[in-house]
Formats: sequence, structure tokens, C-alpha cells
Amino acid sequence: MTLSVTAPTPSGTTHEMADAWRRQTSLRRVYTVLGVGLLLAAMVASMWFADEANAGHFFDRLPHIFDFLSWLIPKDWNDVWRALFDVASPHDTGTQEFNFPLGRVYVWGDFYIPEYFELMLTTVNVALVSTVIGFVFAVPFSFIAARNLTPHPLLRLVVKRFMELLRAFPEIVIAGLFAAIVSIGPIAAMIAIGLHSIGALGKLFYEINENIDMRAEEGLRAVGANWFERVRFADLPQVLPNFMSYTLLRVEINVRASTIIGAVGGGGIGEELKLSISRGFGAKTLALVLLLFTTIFIIDQFSAWLRRKLVGEQAFLMST
Amino acid sequence: MASMTAAEIQSIEERYPQVFRRPLYKRFSPLFLFAGILLYLVYVLWFFNLPQVLRESHWERLPLFLTQWISYDLQPEFRLDQPEITPKYPRFSALGENPNPDWVIKNPDGTYTILIDGPAKSVTFDKTQATITANGQTIPVLLTSGKPVVQGPVPDWVTAHDDEVVAKMGFVGEVRVTVDRVKVRKRFLGWANFVFDTRSPFFGKPAGEVISLIMSGPELKPGTSNLALAGDNIWNNAQWQHGDVWTKLLQTIVMAFLGTLLGGIVAFPLAFFAARNITPSGVLSQVLKRFFDFMRSVDMLIWALFFTRAFGPGPLAGSAAIFFTEVGTLGKTYSEALENIDDKPREGVLSTGANGLLVQRYGVMPEVIPVFISQTLYQWESNTRGATIIGAVGAGGIGLKLWEAMRTNSNWANVFYMVLLILLVVFIFDNISNFLRRRLSRTIHDYNRIQAQQG
Repeated sequence: MTLSVTAPTPSGTTHEMADAWRRQTSLRRVYTVLGVGLLLAAMVASMWFADEANAGHFFDRLPHIFDFLSWLIPKDWNDVWRALFDVASPHDTGTQEFNFPLGRVYVWGDFYIPEYFELMLTTVNVALVSTVIGFVFAVPFSFIAARNLTPHPLLRLVVKRFMELLRAFPEIVIAGLFAAIVSIGPIAAMIAIGLHSIGALGKLFYEINENIDMRAEEGLRAVGANWFERVRFADLPQVLPNFMSYTLLRVEINVRASTIIGAVGGGGIGEELKLSISRGFGAKTLALVLLLFTTIFIIDQFSAWLRRKLVGEQAFLMST
Repeated sequence: MASMTAAEIQSIEERYPQVFRRPLYKRFSPLFLFAGILLYLVYVLWFFNLPQVLRESHWERLPLFLTQWISYDLQPEFRLDQPEITPKYPRFSALGENPNPDWVIKNPDGTYTILIDGPAKSVTFDKTQATITANGQTIPVLLTSGKPVVQGPVPDWVTAHDDEVVAKMGFVGEVRVTVDRVKVRKRFLGWANFVFDTRSPFFGKPAGEVISLIMSGPELKPGTSNLALAGDNIWNNAQWQHGDVWTKLLQTIVMAFLGTLLGGIVAFPLAFFAARNITPSGVLSQVLKRFFDFMRSVDMLIWALFFTRAFGPGPLAGSAAIFFTEVGTLGKTYSEALENIDDKPREGVLSTGANGLLVQRYGVMPEVIPVFISQTLYQWESNTRGATIIGAVGAGGIGLKLWEAMRTNSNWANVFYMVLLILLVVFIFDNISNFLRRRLSRTIHDYNRIQAQQG
């Protein structure tokens, strides 16, 4: 290969091109400045609005921002692990702040699960079950909703709209509705997060389905396979690794969601954390935050590792 | 199709052992996974005590609540032990202070007729006898013997208790008759007093009259124009609280917007130092990446609870919570996008002798800015949904209002109103974000196409 360098000779057309380019970029620069300016204006207005509507104002509270942290620092750091493992504290004066052993969940004789671990388990179980619910319903829905695989276009539209509704419907309303039916607690949270997961997973799944290689499907169609057989033997094997990857991602999201729903009455660790922070129990709060942080961190890392094994680095690209 | 002989089949099997003779654990791994999940579900059944919870749950409430989302009822009561029968409406009923509905008829002979669904479903009564009509049947109930007695056979839509006869008429309502009173519940489709509440001077007036009052009527409240008065009445509607709901909704939107934007602004420079291929020091990259993980793993809930304590409840706390979580999420995604860039433009800019900052500006940014914006928009969209829930723990916005309306179990129409507004907002913001991202991906697409054309 030879490289030839020709010096540009200025001519009428190059000047025109340069001018056109300059005009274009200057126009674009105006748009950029205008856009950024608008964004900044919206930001300042939002800040002002949020500050006005808040109970405490930003600049009033700023000097005291670390005051509120003082209750968080326990007098005795050992209380943090005592709270975590429900071991009696020497500071126990009968108040709720140090009644650690009360929460023990006895399983076998003197063997107990510490209360916070039990609550964390509840939260994680809610997340896992709702992900299973989401997966089980999202898989068939996604094959119906995919443009290239749908058994009937009308059915596709119905399922797609239904999933959109499930996705957009505020989880908290479903949780509140079912709290009135199956009593307040983790079951209502499970139903709410499960329904939301159906919509969220279904959307991701059918987008994967629309990008599959159709040759396997055509091959099976040619030998007379029906819809179920085609989906099972031609489409599912192609998409299952991606499905699993997104499901694992959903587990991460659902653990967070189940903590939050827990805080508004869904039980589990969220509720305990909310109570503990609102009452200012330093040691208990730190123990809970530590437990929650560690659990979420472990689940995130484990799921990331599994996803990397399943689909390689592409698991980390954004879904949309 | 020609059929294969056993020898041919065997030779194929021998040629592809990785397909036909896979190790046992690989062959049965889907089965094991499936069995494991089933076992786990059984365990969960026990853990949550699911059978008992489901047995004790009140599924009959579900259709009741759902009908309350889109309808309201009126419950007039008629005392029979007073000298004269007079209808009594509950305080704050949807009919206002002087209720005189046309479905309560005082007949010339002193009896009352309540039309629950026209004359086909109605009740007529005096102090001695009530006649309930529904489903083509007429059921007389005698009230003189100290307890209500149904004359003749009791159809299945009527339940005769010891001291009370209940006639259920489906969606439209029900009648309860005791010796000393008749209670009627009549259900209407729709939302009562959605525009003007019962205290408003515009209450109960038809739309045309309201418009003409606003355009040219005499001032109903001296000193304020009718338009201002109407606006004020709508905004401060006691039952629907439009003003409060819309303000809180705006707070939720602002929380998501502010949190995501600030998160993006802070994460942007940090991501350059965290990206493996750009960072000046590997240690700094590791520290920043762990910092992003920390911000993400300390859940949005924890941040929300802390900031609610620090700033007091309100959108400031919610914005701060989303901001802190978003620094982690966006920092992580930005740095991953930076690690996936094509290094050639950077090298090109570097070869011209540009300094570090200029290399980033002209060698890296054109490539990643569309990706950054697209990811930020995606997060914005998902935070708009998430901000509702955060609000319920006190971090401002419509969440708390929604949760409180639900907790009373009686305000389902208000809940539905707020849900519709949230759905509308989510829908609008989804579309804005989708539109912008499509435009962006077209930009990326065009860029790639031009690159390809130029070789």
C-alpha cells in the first residue's frame, strides 16, 4: 500500500465547503449553548422549587448537616455487631435502643437466627420470588409480543399494552391495594414487585426476541412444527442466555425495590431501618445499613459475575 | 427424506461427541436448575406461611375496591321511629348541604320511594311496610311485628337476618331494612364533585351556567372576579385537592430531574478518572470504582431516610437521595462507556501535540457524549417512576399522599386520580426520553455511516 499526500489546493469549492462547515458548526454551537442554558435555568428553578417546598431549607440546614450524624455514632462501637447478632449489650437499660436479644428467632434449642438476618432474608426472598413470578409470565408474553414471532398481531397488541400498564403502574399502589386484601406485609410487596417485574422483564425479553436469527425458526416451520415447538426448539435456545442475564439484573433491582416497599409497610428490613432511623437508634441503624449494604453488594457482584459467564461483556451495555 | 441407517447415526454421534455425549452435569443442568427453583418455591411457601395468609385474605374486597376507583355512593338513611319520616344524609356527602335528589320521591300518601336503578330496582316504604323491587320481583317486608319479616319466599338476592333484611342489587347499590330505619346505598359511576366541591358557589350548576357566570355574571364573592373565584375553588377542592396533588406531582418530577441531572454533572468528570484507559493512575480508578459501587449499594432508600432526617421531609431530601444513588449508577455506566471507546481518535488528537484536556475534548467526547446523554435519559425515565416510591418514606412528592390516601381504604377514587396522573407523567416522560434517544442513536448511526463511507 502506498500513501500519497497531496497538498490541498485552495479553490472556490474548498472555500465554499469551509464556509458551509463554519455556518453549520456555528448554528450547532448556538443550539448547544441554548440547550445547556435552558437546562441550567430549569435546574436552578427546580432547586429553588424543591428548596421552597421542603420542610427544612438547604442553607438553613447545611451548617447542621453533620449534627444529625452525631446520633449515628454509637457510644460503644461494639454495640453495632451486638445489634447485628442479637447479643445482649451492657448498655441495656430496658429501652428499645439496646434491646438486642429480644429479636432473636429461635430455630433449634438455643440456636437462633438474629432478627436482622431474618428480616434481610424476608426482603431477599420477596425479591427472588417476585423475579420468578416475573420470569415465568414474561417469557410466554415476550414471545407473543415479539413482532416476528407473534401468533396473532391483535394478541400482540393486547399483551404489549398490558405489559406497558404493569410497568408504568406505581408499585406502591399495587402494594397498598393488596395490603388491604392479604393483610399488610411481605406478600403484598411480593405481588406488587412481581407484577411490575412481568412488565419490565417482558419488555426487555420481547426486544431480544425481535432481534433473533430467524433461520432456525424457518427450518422448523419447514418441517411442520407448530408455534409451541418453534418457540421451544428454535427461539428459546437462542435467547435464554440473554433472558437469564436480564433476570439476574432484575434480581438486583428487585432487592432494592423490596427494601423500599418494605419501608412503607411491606415488612422486611426496610421497615426496621425506617423505624430505627426515625427514632435515632445509632447502633441499630449502623448494623442495618451494614447488613443491607453488604447483602446488596454481594448480590450485585455475584450477579455481575454470573452474567459475565452467561453472555460475556455485553451484559453491561445498557438495555435500551 | 432418505432415512438413515444405524451405522450412519452412530458415525454422526462419534463425530460430534460434544453434542451427543455431554457430561452428565451439563446434560441435566437445566433440570437441576428447574428442580432447585421448585424446591426454593416450596421453601418460600413455608417461609411466608403462604397457604394460611391466602386463606385468611379477603379476596371479595378486590372487586369492591376496584369499583370504588371509578364510582362513588350516596347513603341516605330514613328514620322510621320519628313522628315524620325524613331523609338524612351523612355529613360531607357528595350532595352538599341541601340535598334534594330526584331519585328520592315523597309520594302524596306519605310513603317514600327510592329509585336505585329506575323503578325496576327501587324500594317503597312507610312506617309499617317496605316493598323492595328488583330483578322483576317485588318483596314486601312487614315492619310491625318488632322485627322485619319478609312476606312469601325469600329470593337469593335478599338476606333475612334476625333484625335486618338486606337486599343486594349488584353494582347499583343495596337496601337495608330494620324496624326503625331504612338505609339505602346508591352507587354512581364516575367521580363526584371533581370540579367544584360542595362549598363552592358554583356547586351543582350545569356547565353552561357556570361558563356564563364566569363570562358575564355578577360577582359571587365581592372583590374577586368570578374567573379567579372559580379557579380558586377548583384548585382548593376539598375532596380532590387538585392544587396539592398537582404540586406534589411536580415535586416528584422535579426530584427525578434534579437528582439525575446533578448526578450526571458530578459523575461526568469522575468517570474520566475512573475509566481504566484514561485515568492517570490505576489506584485512583479503583478507588473511584469502589466509590461508585458504594453509592449504588447504599440503597436509594437509605439515602432517602438519611436526607429526610437531615433536611426534613420534602423534595430536597428526595432529590438528594436520587442524586447520591445516581452518582454511583451514572459514574459506573459512564466509565464503562469510556472504557469501550475506540482509541484511534484519541491517538490522532494526541499526535497533533494536544494537551490532556484537549485530547479528552476532541478525541473522546464526540464519541461518548451521545451514549452519556442516552444513559442519563434512561436513568431520568426510571427515576421518574422510582421517585413516587421514595416519596412514601417522606422524601417529598406524590408518594406520601398516595400512601396516605390508600391507608384509609376509603379514598380509592382519589388514589385512582393520582395513579392516572402518574401514568400520564410516566407516559409523557417515556416518550420524550425515547424521542431524544432515538434522535441521538440516529446521530450515532449517521456518524458511523459517514465513517464507513469514508473508509
